[in-house]
Amino acid sequence: MNNELFGKDINVWIDAFIRVNIITIMMTVVVMGLIYLERKAIARFQMRLGPTRTGPMGLLQSVADALKLVAKEDVRPRNADPWIFELAPYFVFVPVFLMFVAIPFAVSWEVRVLDLGLFYVLAVSSVNIVGWVMAGWGSDNRYAMLGALRAAAQSISYELPLVLSMIAIAMVANSLNLSEIVAGQGRIPNIILQPLPFVIFYIAMLAELNRTPFDIPVGESEMVGGPYVEYSGIRWSFFFLAEYASLFILALLASAVFLGGWAWPLGEDWGRWWQFILTGVKAGAMIFSVFWVRSTLPRLRIDQLMTFSWKVLLPLSFIQIMVNGAILVYEPEKEVGQTLLGVTSVFGVFFLAWIINRSVTRPRPRPVVAARGEAVP
Amino acid sequence: MTAESASVLDNLDQLFTDYLAVLIATVMGFVLIITALVASRLLAPYSEEREKGTTYECGMLPIRRAATNVGMRFYLYAILFIIFDVEAVFIFPWALSYVGIGPMAYYEMLVFVAILAAGLAYAWKKGALKWQ
Repeated sequence: MNNELFGKDINVWIDAFIRVNIITIMMTVVVMGLIYLERKAIARFQMRLGPTRTGPMGLLQSVADALKLVAKEDVRPRNADPWIFELAPYFVFVPVFLMFVAIPFAVSWEVRVLDLGLFYVLAVSSVNIVGWVMAGWGSDNRYAMLGALRAAAQSISYELPLVLSMIAIAMVANSLNLSEIVAGQGRIPNIILQPLPFVIFYIAMLAELNRTPFDIPVGESEMVGGPYVEYSGIRWSFFFLAEYASLFILALLASAVFLGGWAWPLGEDWGRWWQFILTGVKAGAMIFSVFWVRSTLPRLRIDQLMTFSWKVLLPLSFIQIMVNGAILVYEPEKEVGQTLLGVTSVFGVFFLAWIINRSVTRPRPRPVVAARGEAVP
Repeated sequence: MTAESASVLDNLDQLFTDYLAVLIATVMGFVLIITALVASRLLAPYSEEREKGTTYECGMLPIRRAATNVGMRFYLYAILFIIFDVEAVFIFPWALSYVGIGPMAYYEMLVFVAILAAGLAYAWKKGALKWQ
């Protein structure tokens, strides 16, 4: 049982160990970079400067933050359940880290090609909600408890559209192997064939990441930080690390599944470095758009949030799957089938846009308020 | 050993090699956190002040434990989620193989999804999807 790495034939255990280590280092560096970039980007959107003091242009800000967090006292409340409280950061961080195993960065550059890669990633990504609920339950704090429950409700609601949009892609690509899905997009990326699942995935991704406009579980103004109110120092930093790592990994997943990863538009003959650059640029664009959305949109209310997932996104993704099925069963000829897929999906996007526009601009009846401040029935 | 059992063994071998990386990544994730916690334990100050251990509730002392009754609506959503998530797991193998089977497989899945859609419509009408 040997494997090839850097042109050398080595034992599978050592091979997997080296690859996981490379991923670990890359993830840490990228997360630190992302924290800096987010602060800079949000600052520019709000016409501020962002961090400037630590290092040239504030580049060392994340390093300074990390040092501060390591050297900060790790407080555990007296009432907290010791085991659940201490174990929660593991359950939040480790699943996110596990998602890196199946993601392809370039031709045969991934930790491991899993045959069920897409399914594996989706399965693992939903485990970390257990960690959130543990954090909320274990810290014996009302804010934390409510935040954890809201995080769980939101996360499970948006997981369904996320998974179903991925099924639509798996039908078109006819594979769950992420490397095969990427390689199959050499000519046309899946976003052209399936724009509606991309939009659904993007919205669900924002919700899974607890990002604005879906940051109800961690909203500072109502939940004072949500499930991790009681955490401090290094333990808190793992929640933060998991958040940015999952942002990075979901952007990579979107770039691989929808935007063609390393395969589109250059193909496989351009060499490894171009493929890395392509993957990076696509993931970077996704991440930047998430920052952009964060600085543009206000927070939704929780009833709007749940309604949007269950009444709009879920039926739409089912319709997309059934339409895909009908087209692929009855239209074996490739060009016609692809055109039909793209056209129907674009109609779906317009329908979704119409629904959102209607619910945003619709005039709402306000409750009449009497002089004493009570609502008149 | 027959060719078939040999190929089954090969498949198991492949499965083990594939998911070995997952095992190692799990261990690495735990090791990463433990390392950071040990570093923090060595570097960070520590004091035995009693007041520090009180629950953070914006300055007020908390009354009773936080783990009390929670709203029924979370439970409703959780049940609905389980139904649809199990269904999604059923759709995965179908999505990869129905083209080879032919139109009949498609219509069977259409019926399956229609039943679930009827369930969703019922929940919708009963107001289970309404946050109240």
